[in-house]
This record gives sequence, structure tokens and C-alpha cells, in this order.
Amino acid sequence: MIEALAFYMFATILIMSALMVITARNPVYAVLFLILAFFNAAGLFILLGAEFIAMILVIVYVGAVAVLFLFVVMMLNIGQSNVKTGLVKYMPVGALVGFTLLGELIWLYTSWDISKYAVHQRLAPILAEDSEISNTHALGEILYTNNVYLFQLSGLILLVAMIGAIVLTLRSRKGVRKQTISEQVSRERSDVIEVKHVGFGKGVQ
Amino acid sequence: MVDFIVNFIVSNPLFYTLVKILSIVLPLLGAVAYLTYAERKVMAAMHLRQGPMMVGPFGLLQPLADGLKLFSKETILPSKSNKVVFVVAPILTFILSLLAWAVIPFDEGMVLANINVGILYLFAISSLGVYGILMAGWASNSRYAFLGGLRSAAQMVSYEVSIGFVMVTVLLTTGSLNLSDIVLAERPFWMDMLLFPMFIIFIVSILAETNRTPFDLPEGESELCGGYNVEYSSMTFALFFLGEYANMILMSCLTVVLFMGGWLPPLGIEISWLSWVPGIIWFGFKVSTILFVFIWARATLPRYRYDQLMRLGWKVFLPFSLLWVVLVAGILVGTNTLPVL
Repeated sequence: MIEALAFYMFATILIMSALMVITARNPVYAVLFLILAFFNAAGLFILLGAEFIAMILVIVYVGAVAVLFLFVVMMLNIGQSNVKTGLVKYMPVGALVGFTLLGELIWLYTSWDISKYAVHQRLAPILAEDSEISNTHALGEILYTNNVYLFQLSGLILLVAMIGAIVLTLRSRKGVRKQTISEQVSRERSDVIEVKHVGFGKGVQ
Repeated sequence: MVDFIVNFIVSNPLFYTLVKILSIVLPLLGAVAYLTYAERKVMAAMHLRQGPMMVGPFGLLQPLADGLKLFSKETILPSKSNKVVFVVAPILTFILSLLAWAVIPFDEGMVLANINVGILYLFAISSLGVYGILMAGWASNSRYAFLGGLRSAAQMVSYEVSIGFVMVTVLLTTGSLNLSDIVLAERPFWMDMLLFPMFIIFIVSILAETNRTPFDLPEGESELCGGYNVEYSSMTFALFFLGEYANMILMSCLTVVLFMGGWLPPLGIEISWLSWVPGIIWFGFKVSTILFVFIWARATLPRYRYDQLMRLGWKVFLPFSLLWVVLVAGILVGTNTLPVL
């Protein structure tokens, strides 16, 4: 009973907040609703018994990605009126893309031939009911033992993407004063201070 | 009568859980109140002052007086602020700081929710803490508050990375994500020594994560006159304050669980009268030690400059902890001591 109640609560809030993401006028509100949507998705994962994925969803998406989203949106300081301008201008293009996607989805769904084994495959429990292996352990086994090459490959792709992003944004600016901490730390008193004995009426030479 | 109440509580699981939650939250709020008292007294001692001493014997009632003062003040909502987010931000901060306590094991079996992914849960909840501050900074519609919020967001995200790697290193030696299992996992002495640099990194990172001195730039009263909470007053301010101190205690608990053996007697001493002391006393003692370090740092260290803070996080801690993860993993595999699941 409680489980069903929790499911409907998470699902309702998830759908409502997902709707709010695209309808909210204020972009900061949109990001905040996006975060709420992530959070409720994590709740649904927990109800499914996939606690590891739920936690990773919260850590990665809510804890890191959405923070940067929020950061950028707050910094951009988009006025609420800006969002509405150009609605009429871009409406036909948006509608075209939307309807194309919808048509493709309908076409896919009606013509897709589902294998008769697929249902059994999906319903079969990955872990035996009485197994001592935890969720996390089973995921690790699949990722790092059975599919280690694919895992490494995706890691490489991410690395290339990261290097690409750094190269794209890296630019050497001239006239910027930079600090070299080691130089500052290794500075000796004798390098910077000199004691002069100034004779009377002569001044410093 | 007592039997009746006990029976009623135990036979109603929902009610029983509620009682358990209250028995964590109420002592926690008391601990927060007296942490502020301890902070003022310890800092006063370090500054050769008296500290609070007028309200009650030795000033022991000072935290209650402070709380009462904050209660009785007027809550001010700035007219240009975003009202909803402005009010939600402190509530969120406070709720998140309480939520994480569900998985902390105070003694063997003395834990509200003994879940498999306890440490991930803690990490997830503590990474959410940044939203309260960011929302407060934005909703206040004030330059100082906004700068404080942005600083805090960047700082917390940066130091979370090294905290994550420290956790990974510890998890490698324990082979479980469950906090009780982490405490009970037996490590050889040399492995503890190997983890010592990570312990230092962790302590420094939790100082940054909880926005405490020497990394309290989000508050930075000399530049930002209070930072993200500058527009807050009364109970909304009190909620931020409670949240910050509850987070301090939480992070100390996490340190104790990861590195200092939780409720077990310190240093693995097996003297009979030491193990006779209840585990929760040891736990509290160890947590207090870490909290003392927090206060000690506040009383003695000057504030970091912002670029140096970022440099420390990204250029010193991150490479070092990354190297240490690989090193520890390599040694574990090499000596064949990797915990088997």
C-alpha cells in the first residue's frame, strides 16, 4: 500500500515538474524543477530496488551537472521577457521538428516487431532471489568483468571529449599576471630587503 | 502503563520509526546548540578571554538564550527578493542537514536505516547542500548574497571531487558501501598508515565542504559582510545556522566512521575495561575530537584567498588523491589483500 502510494507520489511530482521545466517563464525556476524531477526519478529507482543507480543519479546529475546548470543560468541573468520573444517566429520550425519526431515514434511503435523472447528476458530476475550478492556488486561484475572492453572504450570517448573541451576553451592571454607559488614561497629575505646605511647629508646612492 | 506504551510503540512500525527518528533529531539539535557554546568557550580560551559566562552557571544557558532571541525576532522578507525561493532555501538546508543522519551508525546495530549504499547516500545528500546556499544567494537579490552563493557553489563542487576520491580509497580497503561494515572491516596497521595522508586531505576538504574557516569565503564578512545569508533574519537565519553546525557534526561522524573505527575503542586497543565502555561513548568522544579540530582551525588560521582555495582543491588535492587511489589499489592487489566480496 505504502509502496504504491509512494510510486504515485514520485510519478506525479516527476511528471508535473518535468512539465514545469518547459513551461516555467523564469529559467532559474526551470532548472530548480529539473532538479526536482531528477530527485523524484531517483525515488522511483529506489522503489524498483535499484538503490545504486538512484544514488548515482542524485550524485552525478543533481550534485554536479545541475549545479553547473544553475550556476550558468543565474550568471546569465536572462530576463523573463526575453524567453517569450520570437515565439511566433520559431513556432513553425519547432512544431515541424516536434511533429516529425512524433510521427517517427508512432511509426516505430506500430511497425516494431518485438521478439517473443524479449518479454521473458525482461521479466527474468537478474539476480536470484536468495543470492547474497548486492546490487552494487552485480553492477560491478557486469561493468568491470563481463564488459570491461566496452567500459574502457566509453572511458576513452569521455577522455577525448574532455580534452576537446579543454583545447577549445584554452587560450593564452597576454598581459595577465600569474602567480608562481613555488617562487613566492622560496623567496628569501636577502632577495628583497637590503639594509643600507645612509650617511648624513648623502642620501641613498 | 510503561509496558503499555512500550508495547504500543513496538507494535506500530510507523510509530516506532518516528520515535527512532526523534531520538536522533532531538539530541542532534541539543548537540548543535552546545556545539556553538563549545565553540565560543574554546575560542575564548585560545584568545585568553572568558567566553559566555553570564547566562546560567558558566554561561551554560547561553545557547538557549540565543535560540530564544532568534525566535522572537521579526522575519524580514526583502521586498525585491524572490519570496518563495527565499523562504524555501533555509528550509532545504536544514532538512538536508537532518536527512543524512539516517545512515550514521552510532553503535553496533544502532542505526536508523542500515542500507547497502550508505556512504553513497551520505555523499549524495551532502552534495545537495549547495542548493540551499545557491538558492539563498540568488533569491536575496543582493550583490553580496549572490557573490557568496556563487563562491560557495564553486567551492563545494570542487572539494567534493577530492572527498569522493578519499571515500573510494577507503572503500577499496573495506569492500563495502555499508557504513557499519566499513567500521567493522579490519585493516592491517600499515594500511591505516597508508590512509593517513587521505585522512588529512579529508579533514581539510570537509572544512571547505562545510564552509568553515579557513575556507569560509562564502561568508567572508570582511568582503561580503556575511555572504549568502546577509539578507536573512530571525528563524530563517537560525535554520541556516543550525544546518551549518549539523553538517559539521555529520562530517565529523563520517570522518570517524571512515578512518577512526567508529564505535570501537581507539587504535584497536583490546583492554577489557576499555571495551566495557559503551560504543556510543567512544563514538561521541571521537566526533568531539574532530569537532575540536574544526574550532581550533577557526581560532587560529587566517582565511584563504579565493584563487588559492581553488588551486589547493584542483591542483594539489585532486592529483594527489587520484595518485593515492591508484597506489592503494595497486598495493592491495599486489599483496593480495583486496577484500573479497
